[in-house]
Amino acid sequence: MTTEFRHNVTLNLAKPNVRANFRKAMDGLMSRRLDQFPDKAELERLRTQSMAIRANALSKLPELLEQLETNLTRNGIHVHWAETPDEANHIVLAILQQHNAKSLIKGKSMVSEEMGMNHFLEGHGIDCLESDLGEFIIQLAQEPPSHIVAPAIHKSRQDVAKLFNEKFPDIPYTENIDELTQAARRILRDKFYAAPVGISGVNFAVAETGTLCLVENEGNGRMSTTVPKVHIAVTGIEKVVEKLSDVPPLLSILTRSATGQPITTYFNMISSPRKPGEKDGPEEVHLVLLDNGRSNIYSDPELLATLRCIRCGACMNHCPVYTRIGGHSYGTVYPGPIGIILEPQKAGLDVHGELTQASTLCGACGEVCPVRIPIPTLINRLRYDGVRKDASTTVGTGSRRKTGEAAAWKSWAWAASHPAIYNFGAKTATRLHGLFPSNMGAWTNVRSAPQLAEQTLHERLKAMGVDHE
Amino acid sequence: MATRPDTIYFFGTCLIDLMYPQAGVSAMQLIQREGVNVIFPQAQTCCGQPAWNSGYRDEARTVARAQIALFPKPIPVVIPSGSCAGMMKVHYPELFANQPDEAQALDVAGRVYELTEFLVDVLQIELKDLGEPVKVAVHTSCSSRREMGVADKIESLLGQLSNVKRVEQIRKAECCGFGGTFAVKQPEISASIVLEKVETIRATQADRLVGQDAGCLMNIGGAMEKQGDAIPHQHIAEFLWERTGGVA
Repeated sequence: MTTEFRHNVTLNLAKPNVRANFRKAMDGLMSRRLDQFPDKAELERLRTQSMAIRANALSKLPELLEQLETNLTRNGIHVHWAETPDEANHIVLAILQQHNAKSLIKGKSMVSEEMGMNHFLEGHGIDCLESDLGEFIIQLAQEPPSHIVAPAIHKSRQDVAKLFNEKFPDIPYTENIDELTQAARRILRDKFYAAPVGISGVNFAVAETGTLCLVENEGNGRMSTTVPKVHIAVTGIEKVVEKLSDVPPLLSILTRSATGQPITTYFNMISSPRKPGEKDGPEEVHLVLLDNGRSNIYSDPELLATLRCIRCGACMNHCPVYTRIGGHSYGTVYPGPIGIILEPQKAGLDVHGELTQASTLCGACGEVCPVRIPIPTLINRLRYDGVRKDASTTVGTGSRRKTGEAAAWKSWAWAASHPAIYNFGAKTATRLHGLFPSNMGAWTNVRSAPQLAEQTLHERLKAMGVDHE
Repeated sequence: MATRPDTIYFFGTCLIDLMYPQAGVSAMQLIQREGVNVIFPQAQTCCGQPAWNSGYRDEARTVARAQIALFPKPIPVVIPSGSCAGMMKVHYPELFANQPDEAQALDVAGRVYELTEFLVDVLQIELKDLGEPVKVAVHTSCSSRREMGVADKIESLLGQLSNVKRVEQIRKAECCGFGGTFAVKQPEISASIVLEKVETIRATQADRLVGQDAGCLMNIGGAMEKQGDAIPHQHIAEFLWERTGGVA
């Protein structure tokens, strides 16, 4: 049976230029990250420190969210709670309607992708414009992001040049990156001044001080959050940290893990709307805190580690599967290793459980994760939840159990726990090795058929008289 | 560092049993040549990893339970595979958590060594190269590298062989795309990964590919054989045994 995922994979594997774009980009990101951590021991220390900060925040999540709300409110920031993407969208829409806003400008936000915000608002006659260069590009191409940090990473310079030429015929064709960037910058600049509302994500929400932190490189985040009259930030409930002093270590490991930068060009700390006498800043600031399945993830002591994620994307940069198939194959907002643990938990194993198979369990993701999320362990856990017979809190538990497969594993377990049966089977197989099919389906598409030995190790050692107890 | 034992248990793994028995024999001979007695419990089958990685934990435990019963003495369990060693050392404690035989599983897990780790760290083996000059590329399995943390052991063993020149493929630490059942469940992705791995290994112009995991070797070797003009591949145990005279 060809599933949507398998279909996407086949399609994307057959695009040599897209594969080359990913390979080149991921190689670059990996080597830049490596350059930032010359001292392995220091890196491991920082990972543990960052994990501790995130784990601490999660251990007190309900209290910290209350504290965050109290402090944000005291600072003059309106706090809204949304259980579902739909609720979050309606909250945003209501704010827009209060201000008679017909357009908005957005900084990069994966939670807004989770909400399907642009699609929803456009359905209500609101014009949404992405201002992050990568997001701007894929919005022009009408594509979803293919990477959580670098959304247009699947496109080459030439792809972007062609796209700009098609969408903005007035601008002379160029493949020069600086010229393309400048063109986008000119287009966006006017939009910033015209937009009544700016949208952003949040990287860290500090409970202690009621501060929203935003990490970015282009200045569009600062523009989106300071120029329009109203700023609406959207984020997941897990983004809270306890103290302001938690931020510097997380920020440092985030930017180094993500893009190999010691720090980004911009780091914004938003702590209130414009105060009397201040020359810039929005008159109104809102924060929408989205749950969308996070509370359920939180309820499992093992799976809650998923929520430590600081969205650096290092797991995808280092993933042999992601690098080959690209972000669009996953068919979800979050691709790559973090996506294959997060999305099946959010939507249910019945919906996205197949993605848990999109891993060789090589461990590269877990090795680079700056907050030490044991991604391979959680993949294994979700595979278990998918086929287990008893209950668990994971949505869609047991939904991937298929009678035939379950029976096959049962027979296998029976044979492999009865040595006489196993040895008989092994011996028979090796005796018949000449009759083994040379066409073994998918395996032999690119490989020769495995050659069974003429005698098993068991037989040879017995013949050699090795102690066998 | 563990003290040098008189006797060890050898767990041959099912892949070596069926596909690469010579690697198993060589591994045992290397250990025996060092004056260590080897016990091969004939009732051994598989570590249970295929079921474990597929989410079938009860089935994995049934098979694993039959294995842990085979290693009662307080002596090392040596495994010529990072993957199967990782299963026993890292995942048995998870698989048997809160089970009646948890203590037994933990006891076995604590005594597990991957072969190259055992040769280097415990036996402190000294090798004398008797072979002709040869260029060798190493593929280190992800489980040896990340789960067992023993990627440096195979390198140090090869480093002792004076006529062996190690050549290094680019992206050496990247997975070969085998992943056990992954190769079957996601054959297209697996194929795309292994074909790139083959390309990088061929580019080194190595005469031989060695590794410490039969699964990776079967995957990479099989892909090269399908293309033709394959670089011969060998399990590290077999290679070391051959290079150092091969006499017990």
